[in-house]
Parts: sequence; structure tokens; C-alpha cells
Amino acid sequence: MTSIAASGTASFHARAYGSLKRNRRWALILSYVFLIMFAIFFLTPPYYMIVTALKSNEEVAHMAHNPWFIYDGVTFEHFVNLMTKSDFPIYFRNTVIVTVCTVAITMVVSVLAAFSLSRMKFWGSGMLATGIFLTYLIPESLLFIPLFQIVRGLGLLNSYWGMVLVYPTLTVPFCTWIMIGYFGSIPKELDEAAVIDGASHMQMLLRIFIPVALPGIIAATIFAFTVSWADFVYPMAFLYSSDQQVLTVGTVTSLIRADVYQWGLLMAGALIAAAPPLLIYAFLMDYYIAGLTAGATKG
Amino acid sequence: MADVSLRKVVKKYDDVEAVRGIDLEIPDKEFVVLVGPSGCGKSTTLRMIAGLEEISGGEIAIGGHIVNDVPPKDRDIAMVFQNYALYPHMTVFENMSFGLRLRRMPKAEIKERVEQAAKILGITELLERRPKQLSGGQRQRVAMGRSIVRNPKVFLFDEPLSNLDAKLRVQMRTEIKRVHQHVKTTTVYVTHDQVEAMTLADRVVVMNEGRIEQIGAPNELYHSPKTQFVAGFIGSPAMNIMPCRLEQNGVGLTVRLTDALTFRVPESRSARYRSHVGKQLLFGLRPEHITDAREYGSAGERQNFPATLDVVEPMGMETMVYFAINGKEVCGRVDPARSGGPGEKVQLQADLAHMQLIDPQSGAVL
Amino acid sequence: MVTIRQTLHLGGDQAAAAKAPSLQRWMRRRSTVAFLMCLPLILIIAGLVIYPAIYAIYLSMLNKAQTKFVGLGNFSFLLRRDVFQMVVWQSTIFAVSAVFFKALIGLITAHLVNNLPAKGQRKWRGMLLVPWVMPPALSTLCWWWLFDPTHSAFNWMLEGMGLSEIPWLSNPYWARFCVILVNVWYGAPFFLIMYLAALKSVPDQLYEAAAIDGANAWQKFIYVTFPMMRNIIAITVLFSLIVTFANFDIVQVLTAGNPRNLTHVFATYAFVLGIRSGDIPLGAATSLFMFPILAVSAVFILRGVRRRGREIG
Repeated sequence: MTSIAASGTASFHARAYGSLKRNRRWALILSYVFLIMFAIFFLTPPYYMIVTALKSNEEVAHMAHNPWFIYDGVTFEHFVNLMTKSDFPIYFRNTVIVTVCTVAITMVVSVLAAFSLSRMKFWGSGMLATGIFLTYLIPESLLFIPLFQIVRGLGLLNSYWGMVLVYPTLTVPFCTWIMIGYFGSIPKELDEAAVIDGASHMQMLLRIFIPVALPGIIAATIFAFTVSWADFVYPMAFLYSSDQQVLTVGTVTSLIRADVYQWGLLMAGALIAAAPPLLIYAFLMDYYIAGLTAGATKG
Repeated sequence: MADVSLRKVVKKYDDVEAVRGIDLEIPDKEFVVLVGPSGCGKSTTLRMIAGLEEISGGEIAIGGHIVNDVPPKDRDIAMVFQNYALYPHMTVFENMSFGLRLRRMPKAEIKERVEQAAKILGITELLERRPKQLSGGQRQRVAMGRSIVRNPKVFLFDEPLSNLDAKLRVQMRTEIKRVHQHVKTTTVYVTHDQVEAMTLADRVVVMNEGRIEQIGAPNELYHSPKTQFVAGFIGSPAMNIMPCRLEQNGVGLTVRLTDALTFRVPESRSARYRSHVGKQLLFGLRPEHITDAREYGSAGERQNFPATLDVVEPMGMETMVYFAINGKEVCGRVDPARSGGPGEKVQLQADLAHMQLIDPQSGAVL
Repeated sequence: MVTIRQTLHLGGDQAAAAKAPSLQRWMRRRSTVAFLMCLPLILIIAGLVIYPAIYAIYLSMLNKAQTKFVGLGNFSFLLRRDVFQMVVWQSTIFAVSAVFFKALIGLITAHLVNNLPAKGQRKWRGMLLVPWVMPPALSTLCWWWLFDPTHSAFNWMLEGMGLSEIPWLSNPYWARFCVILVNVWYGAPFFLIMYLAALKSVPDQLYEAAAIDGANAWQKFIYVTFPMMRNIIAITVLFSLIVTFANFDIVQVLTAGNPRNLTHVFATYAFVLGIRSGDIPLGAATSLFMFPILAVSAVFILRGVRRRGREIG
């Protein structure tokens, strides 16, 4: 490649700016370096949970080696003990019951309400939609005290059915909000074609809407599941006995015996307890993220 | 000096060559239009001149300096985008002055330049508005104003009128030409509309599939296309192209279109065709050179022939007639007063002084 | 408003329709159906959110045994206590600094991920979101283990480097640092996702125009990216302020308010007072102190969301 007129200024300019491609490559390398640092920061706890859960109690207690790796062999004894010698399976069962019921209630309520608010205008529907959003902003740490009284009054204290009662307050507003966004983006012509074809509102909802809005419904379901599974405040405040307890509180408080922290056991428990949301995330990541962003950007 | 020079410029995306070796010299102050169908590589070429795309091969020089590795902001160019790309949160004044503010020009000078550009474009009352409040045409003017204030060496336009409605497009075309006459800056303009190319350009560069088909002044491309593609692309409606056979008839040559229809090749054009006698070629004649037989009377190069009209399109000033030769649809342009109706048999006249013959294998115009 | 269906009915069945009971007709009306579909939602929110919120206000004005009405007595009692003043101070510092770092890290990581080629972005985004997916109580448990006085893996590394070990959870300043750190760890991915989506909504051509106008990377951020993202940044920050201010899980698991009640926030202190000590009215009063901040933030969020709707629409 020859440069024109070989003037001093031509080659000076070329040298001063350097290769665009090279600059871009440096920027990319730097991005990766920083990203790796952030990734280490974000992934250290899960990694350490796995390492500790697979370590023998002796290795954990004696700290002879680098705690970040396993030296004395991988052991599954903690997982076995968890399932056989602790109340963990009960917590797991309770959590599953509570979560499944909550998700079911949430989806029915939210889908109905979202459909109504996004397609069928009635007096006050706009206000209601805004109101839903606002109630989402009332935190559970404000509500748990009065709810304690209320739940006690209903005789549901220390029962996981009490959880089924209060968990929807955490999930329904946001799920409705997500789905209002999704339903709203489906063109109204679909409604009109269905009405002309002779469908009732219920038929339109079941046969046309829900299939088309399925991504939004999946995203909302995932959200409801994750929130119910992970809640800590209400079970901490309302549940006392082991047979009613759920995973989050159970793992943190009850796996401790006589003040001796069996960390291998604890980490194994935490790992299994955290697994379902993580698995759902791993397989349905796009829906998960869509649910998150739908709330804030569509609103 | 603000000439632009492209030498053997190539652009590859992975293994696909979007631009296959372009050579183009644009002298200072010239208005050059790159025109061609979608995907021909014209926008890519423009973006390489701007520095928004990396050059895979060859070199581009602006004002005598090779700019292959120079970032856009140092190339001293300005660009008007198809979607205007106005900063939505800034007023018109701020939009236009953005580049100058980045270069830390003194405020007074910025104000002067912006107001002058605004006057040229007629947008002085809009300076405090935001893009959201402007119409499409106004936004386009602001985008042009943003380019003018920079006093660049080269103006680049990337299909700026494609988003406007037909009437506005015609208006803005004139605007752009007027502005170019005023600022006298080298301009490279990309469009897929050949009417824009013909009306705006000093020279037109017709591109197809990553290559330059022909470079020339609008009239040159119209009267002397070098390839079949250019012949068919320039001119609206497009040139009629149909298969024929070149025959010798005594001293002169004839073009046989069907068993019944032949045209004598005029003397003026016989010379260049002689070596191709006997071949199957393509015959080209523009619709404007097919008229009603009564319009001009017969003179040497005009020959009459019969036709049955298929479709008649009155356009006001002229009427387009469509008929068939050998099954292929042919278009002609007649004076509305003399036009027949659909289904009528009429006598049409072809002005063969403007005929073209094309070699079907090479696509070259003979 | 008469629907097509009703028109057809009236056409075919005039005699019968005239005799149909008005309740049936009312049930078929569109707006009624719509309202009925919303009813479960309204009941849940009214009964389990609005009513308890108002009930909390009432409760906060009772005495401990809930027999007498004491007006604002609980509130003044709290305000005079040292511990509570610490709680107010702590919650605020905690919320403001955590949200600031969460937003900052979210913004930086969003830019970094956005710079990557499209294929890799999904992978990295997936990895970096993991903290948000894990139930916070459980991941905080792991952090507790990482900060454990005898077995801390961090201390092991510090000793390996020749530095002295840090009393992560027993020293009040370090304990606060840990609480903020865990909160940032948990919440930053949310900001990453939000800001990444916002970054992608800025049209490429604006950056190209800016490049031609002469902007370098930093100027592009200040003049193009940031103004376009201003609204989403405001919404996410306000939203996170509310959530962080009211946080319970992380503080409870990590420190339970210790050492010496110096890491308590409103939620954990209300828990101690209301549930552990059984003084419901006092607990209610504690939680209610959060209300002003929540209300102000909510108003600003709503304004931001409305403005964003207008911008997009």
C-alpha cells in the first residue's frame, strides 16, 4: 500500500492515530478484565457454598489448608445428614406446598385482573392500575406487624397456610403489572375478530389471549415462584415450630444445634434451598429477565 | 483542498464482500451521488468514507491524507443520516452547536455560525424547539444545519430524503441543491432513487453488487449507458429492453424484433454495430423515444410501426401506453391529444437515433 | 355501550330479552364483567395491604397491652431512645450508600457487557445475575460464613498476605461495611439488567452522529447515553431506595442488629420490639417511621414512570 504524494503530513497523521482495529481490541480486552473481576465478586459466595458443602466437618473445623479448595476429599455426608437427620425435608415440603399454592392463586388473580385492566376499560380502571403499582411499594417490613395481629386473629399463626394467605400480597401486584404490559401490547384487533367470530369474553381469554401472551405469563409465574420461595420476613415472624417452617428461615435458624454451627450442613442446606430458583433461572433465563425488565420499562 | 479519493476499496463482512474494489476520484467542490439498488454497497462505501465502518482493503484519502485509520471526528467530515439522528434531549440550537461545543469554540463564534446556517436553511424560528416538536422536513433541515456549521471538508448524505413523503422530497431536493450552490463543499450523496441522482448530481456513480457500473454526468448516463444495468436503472419509466437479431440488409443493418417487425439501424450508429452482425442481441429504446406516428412526421431516423394498445395511463402532461412486442410488455409515451384507447390499433413511431444494442452475455452496451 | 352480541340478541330475541331479569343483563355488561375480574385483586390488596397499613397506624397509637389509646406516645418514646436514633441514622446511611454503589456498579457492568460481541453478552449477563436469583437469606448465610470470626476465608487470605485479620461482624464499623457490601452484592445485578436494557434502547445512529461531531467515549456517555437514561436511572434508584430502606433479610441474617444494636435498621428493630418482645404497638410505630421516605419516593417514581410513558408513547 503506497501513501499518496508521500508527504510528511500524510504519514504523520497515520502514525499519530494508530490502527482503529487495535484500539478496539484493547478496549475489548480491558472490558473482559473488569468483567472477570466483577464475575469473581458475584460468584464467590455460590462457589464457596459448594466447596463448603462438599468438605468434611474436620477439614472445615481445623482450617489446616486453603479454605477455598477441598483437600481432604469430597464428601456427600452433609447432604445425607440433611435429608435423614434434620428437619430439612419437612421445610422443603412445606415450602413446596406454600409456593405452589401461592403461584396458583397469584396467576389466577393476576391474569384475570390484568386482562380486565388492559383490555376492558371501566370506571376507575386507570386509578386501579396505578394503585396496584403503589401498593407494591409498601414493604413487607411495614405490614408484618399488623399482619401478625390479623393472622393471629384468624388462627393461622404458626401455620404455613398463613403464608399462603399473605404471600400473594408480595406477588400479585407486580405480576399484574407485568401482565398488563404484555396484554396491552397485543393488538386490539384480535379482540374484535374474536367478538365477531362469536366468542364470549371468557372464551377470548382462554383460547386466544393466553396462548399469545404466554411469554408474559411464564415470566410472571417465574417471578411469583422466586418471590414465594425466597421470602423470609413473614415466616420469621409468623412461624415457630419446625413442622410448619419453610426453607429460608429453617435453614438459617433451625439447623444450628446447641450453638455449634455445622457449616458443612448449613451450606449444603443453603445450596439445596437455593437450587430451585437457580435451576429455573438457568433454564428459563430469558423469561426471567423479561419479567424483570417488563415491569420497569413497560410501566 | 477537499477532494476525496477511493482506491481499490474493499469491504468484507466475514467472507462476504459487500464492496468489491471501488476506484473513485472526487475533485474538490463536486456533488457526487452514489446510486443503486438495495444492497449494492453504496451506504457501506459512504460509511467507510465517514469512518463508521472499517476498511477491509484499499485506501481512502480526504484532502490528500490517507484516512484509513483516522477516527471520524478527525476526518473533518459531516454526515446527514436517513433518520436524522438528532439528539432528542437538546434544542435545535444545541443540536447544531454540539460539534462546535465539543471543540471548545468560543461562544460568540458558535452563535454566529449557527445563526448563519439557520438563515440559509430557513429554520431560525426553530432554534429553541426540541426535535420532538418538529416535522420531518424541519428535522431534516436541522440535521443539515448541524453539518453546515462544522464547515467540513466533505458533506456526506445517507439517503436523507427516504423518510419524507413524495411532495416534501421534491421540496427538499431543491433545498439541498441550493445549499450546495451556497456552501460549495465536496458532497457525497447516497440514494436509491435515480431521479434524485439525476437532479442533484454533478456526476453520478451507479453501483451494483459492490461494484461501480458507470461514472458520469447525468446526461452521459442517460444518453450513453455503458452497461445493461445502467441502461435499465437510469430513466423513469425504465428503458424498454427486448431480444432481437442484428441482420445485414444490403448496405445497411436492420434489427429484427419479430418476424413482422424490423427496424433499420440509422447510419450514425451502424459503424459500431457492424462487427456484431448475425448475433442475438438486446434492443433498448426509452419510452420517451416511442411516440405516436402523427407527432413528428417521418424523418430519417424515425420509423413507424403498428401496435395494439394494452393499457393506457393518462398522466396529465403525457400518456403512457403499454403494448406487447413478442409477448414482452413495452412502454411508450404519447401526446395525450393523440392517444388511442385500450385495445386500439395505432401507428407508433420509434426514434432510432437513440437506440441501444446490448450484448446479453457481457451486459455491455455496444 | 351496547356490544355486538347484545345487538344480535335484541334483534333475535326481543320478546324474551324484555322479560330477562335485570340481574342477568347487568351480569353480562362488559364493565361489570371487567370489574368482577378485578375483584379478587381488589380484595387481596384491600384486605391484606391497605387495611393492615391503616391498622398499623391505629396499632401504633396503643399501649403495649393494647388496652389504652396513647396517641403519639410510642413515637415520642422511640425518638428519645438512643438506639432508635442510631436506627434512623443507620438505615439512612445504609440505604443511600448501598443504592449509590448498586447503581454505579450496575451502570459500569452494563456498559462493559454492552461492549461485548452479541453472542457473549448473554453468557456474561447470565453469570452476573446469579446473586439476584438466590434467595437473599440463604446467600447472606454464606456471607456470614465468609465473615465468621474463627473460620473466615477472607481472614485466611489476609493472613496469607501478612495483614492482620479483620473482626468483620464484631466491630461496628466493619459490620456496617459488611451489611452494605452484601446488599450491594445482592442488588447490583438488578441494576445491571435494567441499565443494559436501557442502553440497548439508545439508537446507534445517535452515537455515530456524535462520533462525527467529535465526541470521544466519555463525551458520548455524558451527552448521549446519560440524558437518554436519566429517567430509568431515576426510577431504579428510587425503587431501590424504598426496597433497601425496608430491607430485613440481609441485616437479620448477617448481624441481627449486633454488635450492640449498632447495625439495626427499621425492619429488624421493629421485629425485635414487635415480635420478639411482644410489644406490637411499639413495633408498628417503628415500621411506620419508614412511611415518609416511602411516600416521597413513591411520588417521584410515579412521576418518572408517567414521564417515561409519555416519552416512549
